[in-house]
Amino acid sequence: MFATQKQPELLPYGKIREDLFRPLSGMTRKYFAAILIPLLIILFGAYAWTVQLRFGMGVTGLQRPVFWGFYIVDFVFWIGISHAGTLISAILRLTDAGWRKPITRAAEAITLFALMIGGLFPIIHLGRAWYFYWLIPYPNMRLLWPNFRSPLLWDLTAILTYVTGSAIYLYLPLIPDMAQLAQHNVPWRRKLYHALSLGWTGSDTEWHALERAMKLMAGIILAVAISVHTVVAWDFAMAIAPMWHSTIFGPYFVVGAIFSGLAGLMIVMAAIRKFMGLEQYLTRHHFDNLAKLLLLMSILWLYFTLAEHLTVWYGNDPADMAVFGARTRTRFAFLFWLMVGVNFVVPFVLLGIRKLRGITTGVIASFGILLGMFLERYIIVVPTLSVTRLPAASSNFYSPSWVELAITAATFAGMIVLYLLFSKLFPIIAVWEFKPHPHEDEI
Amino acid sequence: MAIDLDRCTGCEACVAACHAENNISISTPEQAAEGRTTHWIRVDRYYEGAFPDVKVKYMPVLCQQCDEAPCEPVCPTYATYHNPEGLNVQVYNRCVGTFYCANNCPYTVRYFNWFDPVWPEPLQLQHNPDVAVRMAGVMEKCTFCIQRIRRGKDEAQTAGQPVADGDIQPACVQSCPAEAMVFGDLNDPESKVSRMAESSRATRLLEDLGTKPKVFYLERGR
Repeated sequence: MFATQKQPELLPYGKIREDLFRPLSGMTRKYFAAILIPLLIILFGAYAWTVQLRFGMGVTGLQRPVFWGFYIVDFVFWIGISHAGTLISAILRLTDAGWRKPITRAAEAITLFALMIGGLFPIIHLGRAWYFYWLIPYPNMRLLWPNFRSPLLWDLTAILTYVTGSAIYLYLPLIPDMAQLAQHNVPWRRKLYHALSLGWTGSDTEWHALERAMKLMAGIILAVAISVHTVVAWDFAMAIAPMWHSTIFGPYFVVGAIFSGLAGLMIVMAAIRKFMGLEQYLTRHHFDNLAKLLLLMSILWLYFTLAEHLTVWYGNDPADMAVFGARTRTRFAFLFWLMVGVNFVVPFVLLGIRKLRGITTGVIASFGILLGMFLERYIIVVPTLSVTRLPAASSNFYSPSWVELAITAATFAGMIVLYLLFSKLFPIIAVWEFKPHPHEDEI
Repeated sequence: MAIDLDRCTGCEACVAACHAENNISISTPEQAAEGRTTHWIRVDRYYEGAFPDVKVKYMPVLCQQCDEAPCEPVCPTYATYHNPEGLNVQVYNRCVGTFYCANNCPYTVRYFNWFDPVWPEPLQLQHNPDVAVRMAGVMEKCTFCIQRIRRGKDEAQTAGQPVADGDIQPACVQSCPAEAMVFGDLNDPESKVSRMAESSRATRLLEDLGTKPKVFYLERGR
C-alpha cells in the first residue's frame, strides 16, 4: 500500500541529518506569528489569574456545592495528554518496534510540557494559591507535616515524580544528538549543545550505558505513568460522593489518559509533518499505526464507560441514580451523548473503515477525541457535585466564568509556545536513531 | 446536639443568631442567586403533595460533627481535624482552599469565602470579638459555637464546679423559640441531649454512610 513512499530508515544518513537539523536554524515571519498569537493568549490568561488572586475564587463560576470545576477538568485533561509520550515511547522502546523512531521524541516532549501545564492547575485552583508550598513536606516553622492520608498529597508526590522522570526520559535520548550538534556554527547554540552533550564521544561503553539507561527509564516511566493517572483518579474515587466512589476509576482514567494522549500526539505529529516539511519521515505508515492504536483505545474507553454506567444503573442505588440521571437523561445528557459520539462513534467510523483511515481523518477524529475527553472529565466532576445527597442542597448554577475560560485557553496556547520553542532548540526527531549500525555499509 | 423536627417551625431564628454570633458575612442578592450564600446552619425545605395541598417540612442542617468525618482525612494541611473533645474543627490559618473537604462532605455544610467578607452598614459594628473573621480563600463551617463552649468551661472552672447540663448553649439553640434544639454532653447519660438521643424517634442524617454524626434528629410524629 505504501510502496511508493520510502521508509525514512532507507534514506541516506547524511540527508537525514541535514533534514532534521535544518529546522533549528533560521527564523521565519510565520514562526514569529505562530508564537506571538499564543503568547498574547497566555498574557491574557495570566491577567485573568491575577484577577482571581486579587479578588478571590468568587471570580470563577464555582459555588456551593460545585467546588471543583473547570480547573480540575483542565488538570485531569492535561495529565491525561501527558500519557502520549510514555505509552508510545516506553512501550514501543521496550518492544523494540521500529516504527517508533521518528515519533518518540515528539511524544516525550508532549509528556513533559503537558505535565508542566497540568501541574499548574492544583495551584491555580487553590483558594489561597500563594500558600501552595504548605503541601510540600519539609521542616517548617508551622511545625506541621502535611497529611499523607489525603489523596492530594499522593497526587503531589506522583506528579513531581512523573515530571522528574519524564524530564530524564526526554533528556537521555537527546544526548547523542546534542553531541552531533556541538559543532553548531552559532556560538550560543554551540555552548548550549556542548554543555547538554555531557562530553559524549560516542564510544561503545557510552552507547551501551545509554541503551541500558533508556531501557531502565522506559520501564520505570511506564509504571510511574500508570500510577500517576491512577492517583489522579483516586482524588475522586476516595471521596464518598456518588459515582466518584468507584473501584474502576483507576484503570478507567489510565485508559482515558492514554486515549487522549494518543489523540494529542496525532495532532502534534500532523502539525510537525506539515509545518516542518517532514513528509518523508512521518509517513502514512506511522499515522496508520497510530490510528489503529487510537481505535483500540476508543473501544477500550467504551468498554470502561459501559462497565461503569451499566453497573450503576443496574444497582439502582438512589444516590448514584440521581447522578446517573443527571448525566444521561437530564441536565448533562447533551454533553454525555456528544462525548459518546466523538469518543466512540466518530473514531470508529473514521479510523475503523480502512478506506477512510488517513492523516486528515485521523486529525479530525483526534480533535473530536480531545473534545470528548475534556467533556468526559467535566461529566465526571460536575454532575456528582451538583447532585448532593441531601436533595435540598443541590444546585443548577455552575458554568465557567471568563476567568476560567481565559486560563484554560492560555494552557492550550502554552502548549503551542513550549512546543515551538522546543522544536527550534532541539531536533524534533531523534537523528541518531537513524544512524546505521557500524557493521552496515556507510552510505 | 439533638433537634426535634416536630417542634421546628422553620422560622430561621437559628440562622440569624448564628450569623450574629459567628461573624458570618452577609451575601448580596446577586451572590445568593449565584449560590454563594454562607449559613453555618441552614433550614432545608422539603415539599410534600401537590398544590394546593402542599406540606412543607423543615430540617435545620448544620455541621454534624461526625466522629468518622469524611472531610478530615482528605485535607492535605490538617486544616480540618478532630480535636480532643471530639469536635470537628476548622483551622482557618492552615486552610489553603483545596475544596476537597467540602466535596467529601455528604451534608454539604461547608462554606467557602469566595471574596473577602463584607457586612452591610451598620452590621460591621456588631462583630463578636470572640470569633475570628475569615479571609477570602478559606473554608469555614459550624463550630458548635466553640467559643461558648470554651467560655462555659472556663466559668465553671473558676466557680469550681462541673459544667451543668444546659449551661452551654450555641447561638442557634439559645435562639430557638420552639426549643426544638438541645445541646449538651452526649457522654453524660443523664443529660437532656442523651435522653433525646435514646428516643425511639431519634435518627441521624445519612447514618448508613458510617460517618457517625453527633447531631440527632427526632423524627416527626405521624
